[in-house]
Amino acid sequence: MKSKSPDPPRYDISKSPPVDQVGVAERAKRFTTRSIKNECKRSGLQLVLNMIDLTTLEGADTPNKVKQLCYKANHLHDSIPGLPTTAAVCVYPTLVKTARKALGKSSPVKIASVATAFPSGQGYLDLKLEETKRAVGDGADEIDMVISRGKFLSGDYDYVFDEIAAVKKACGKARLKVILETGELGTLDNVRRASDIAIHAGADFIKTSTGKISSAATIPITLVMLLAIRDHYYKTGQMIGMKPAGGISNAKLALHYLVMVKETVGPEWLTNEWFRFGASSLANDVLMQIAKLEDGHYQASRYFSKD
Amino acid sequence: MSDPNEWNYAPAPEAAKQARISDRYAHFINGKWADPKEGEYFQSTNPATGEKLSEVALGTKRDVNAAVKAARNAYDNVWSGMSPRERGKYIYRIARLIQERAREFAIIETLDGGKPIRESRDIDVPLAANHFFYYAGWADKLDYAFPNRKVSSLGVAGQVIPWNFPLLMAAWKIAPALATGNTVVLKPAETTSLTAMKLAEIIADSGLPDGVVNIVTGMGETGALVVNHDDVNKVAFTGSTSVGKRIQKSIAGTDKKITLELGGKAANIILEDAAIDQAVEGIVNGIYFNQGHVCCAGSRLFVQESVYDEVLWKLKRRMDTLIVGDPLDKNTDVGAINSKEQLETIQRYLKAGVDNGAEMYQPACDLPASGNWCPPTVFTNVAQSSIIAQEEIFGPVLAVQTFRTVPEAIEKANNTPYGLSAGIWCDKGARLFQISNQLEAGVVWGNTYNQFDPTSPFGGYKESGFGREGGLHGLAAYLDM
Repeated sequence: MKSKSPDPPRYDISKSPPVDQVGVAERAKRFTTRSIKNECKRSGLQLVLNMIDLTTLEGADTPNKVKQLCYKANHLHDSIPGLPTTAAVCVYPTLVKTARKALGKSSPVKIASVATAFPSGQGYLDLKLEETKRAVGDGADEIDMVISRGKFLSGDYDYVFDEIAAVKKACGKARLKVILETGELGTLDNVRRASDIAIHAGADFIKTSTGKISSAATIPITLVMLLAIRDHYYKTGQMIGMKPAGGISNAKLALHYLVMVKETVGPEWLTNEWFRFGASSLANDVLMQIAKLEDGHYQASRYFSKD
Repeated sequence: MSDPNEWNYAPAPEAAKQARISDRYAHFINGKWADPKEGEYFQSTNPATGEKLSEVALGTKRDVNAAVKAARNAYDNVWSGMSPRERGKYIYRIARLIQERAREFAIIETLDGGKPIRESRDIDVPLAANHFFYYAGWADKLDYAFPNRKVSSLGVAGQVIPWNFPLLMAAWKIAPALATGNTVVLKPAETTSLTAMKLAEIIADSGLPDGVVNIVTGMGETGALVVNHDDVNKVAFTGSTSVGKRIQKSIAGTDKKITLELGGKAANIILEDAAIDQAVEGIVNGIYFNQGHVCCAGSRLFVQESVYDEVLWKLKRRMDTLIVGDPLDKNTDVGAINSKEQLETIQRYLKAGVDNGAEMYQPACDLPASGNWCPPTVFTNVAQSSIIAQEEIFGPVLAVQTFRTVPEAIEKANNTPYGLSAGIWCDKGARLFQISNQLEAGVVWGNTYNQFDPTSPFGGYKESGFGREGGLHGLAAYLDM
């Protein structure tokens, strides 16, 4: 019997350009030497707040915990007037309904839900799609999916591509963020390849990490992903969003990310439509810095709500 | 929310008043400040504003004679007979004192030379200190540096340095000379004498015996007096090729040892398989670092035709994000051109490039009203035979050419009288080494550019000079063996 020749790959892997790790580290370091002061710092901090996906992804999450989170997303620190809301809250699928109810229909705060067997991605495809549809049906505006790292690392890029494309279809109108879990990919070449696969398969955002393993977002990794976004934009004119998540817990670091965004993909990306921070403790540090700019001295952390 | 597109960096200037600059600097001879014998001084100005910073002594024959005499005396009576370990202690001390006053050095280097504070703070000053540290370590190990060779010091070294890295070049010259037991007469460049004089303060504070290091300021004529002095045993010069040729002529027939580090017109070669984004970053660092006032600047870019469009698009976008302006601002990427004369030279080349039909691109940037400024510039549609591809411009000007095959790139890269440095951008290690062996350049960087380290030798081929500075090779230049 004649064996059937395999189908050609959906995504031509040879298209991903090589990444030079040393060069990336050097460029990344330059962003952190930018000095952000005065008005630039003030508006940058406000921008950071407005880009946060305020996140709770714990086994111990309860409806009341999520309600508190939703309140905080709208009222970051009421003693400072004029603060923006966060971009979104990010919760597990079972708590999307609770969040929808807590935020109401007209809130500028979006609801993002992780799906697809978060955080490991080790699950059945049909269940992942079902989970995605239910989360969207419950009122999620955005879906944060994880890629199947096992498949990726075993070289089955077609599977990864097809899975992302299928989840994208299941999302309907919801925007899709694709988590690469870069801490498990091993090399920057892999980060670039996974970024290209996700972008070509239909991601609206690419995201670094689940926050569930110790190596999360870094400036070099985010830079490599931003360069993939930029190359895609150069070739197609289509903008893709970027979301570093995990490990960004202070305001100064967040400002350096903004510097990187501005100098890599351009200021058009400096809005929460195209750039997000996935973080749980970043907001309070930013609030502390804003309070310091307002009255000249640091307040103790007990003045800021811990949710 | 304010318009995010308005998110521009606020000014973040380093406080200039952190640095003490005297109204007037005399020569530093025999451990003391010595007024010029003819009583003349000249101005040192801030190239970013045109304002006067200080006055510096104009060295004449009598000053140079006094300096060489002091150096000879210190060599004969103190330094050459001192135990190498003791010599090392002084050099370590100088290194530590530079670190302690790093901030002041960085500010003055930027005020006097126009380079961005980011560079003087992160590169010039730390590297200068590292040079002293590195060579201090060799001082008592010279017997092991060159096995089975008996080495001895030369005597008095006459050293003339350029204005692009004033403190760093002083360190490159002084540190190995002292470690090998020689004494020094140094002549800084006339537009950038101030950090050399601050270094003199440190040398005085370090307790280095009188006369071991002497610094005489002045114009080119002063440098010529140092180089041509009969009692100088070793000449070390970094600067232009034309002056280097003159020096070599003038000392022909003497038994002076000489090292020359001269001009360059380095080729940066991007192959189609390179990591393009990182290559573009390297190209930018290669040519716009220190406003292109770098002898090893990557001033010629060769791009394989298949990736030309992508490289150019990315290069221009990166240039758009470079911040040109106040060198003291911590966010400045490209500072002021070192002098009015140099600015005029660069502008002549820009005009020649345009007149010869090359296409010029400069990002839109608001340049300060006073001072010497030239935006980062790239020329495309450049012919190998055109003047901007042939001559060293010594400014932020990049000439781009394309190539089809690697042999063509190598041929064009080598088709220059210079041979100081080159860069290759390629994802295949074996290919990179193969090409680097065929490039006629003293330094070849692979997938990086403008990396300097005291342990690594640096120097040129062809008309870019001879002799090596840095590393073990740098010791040999100051030893008889």
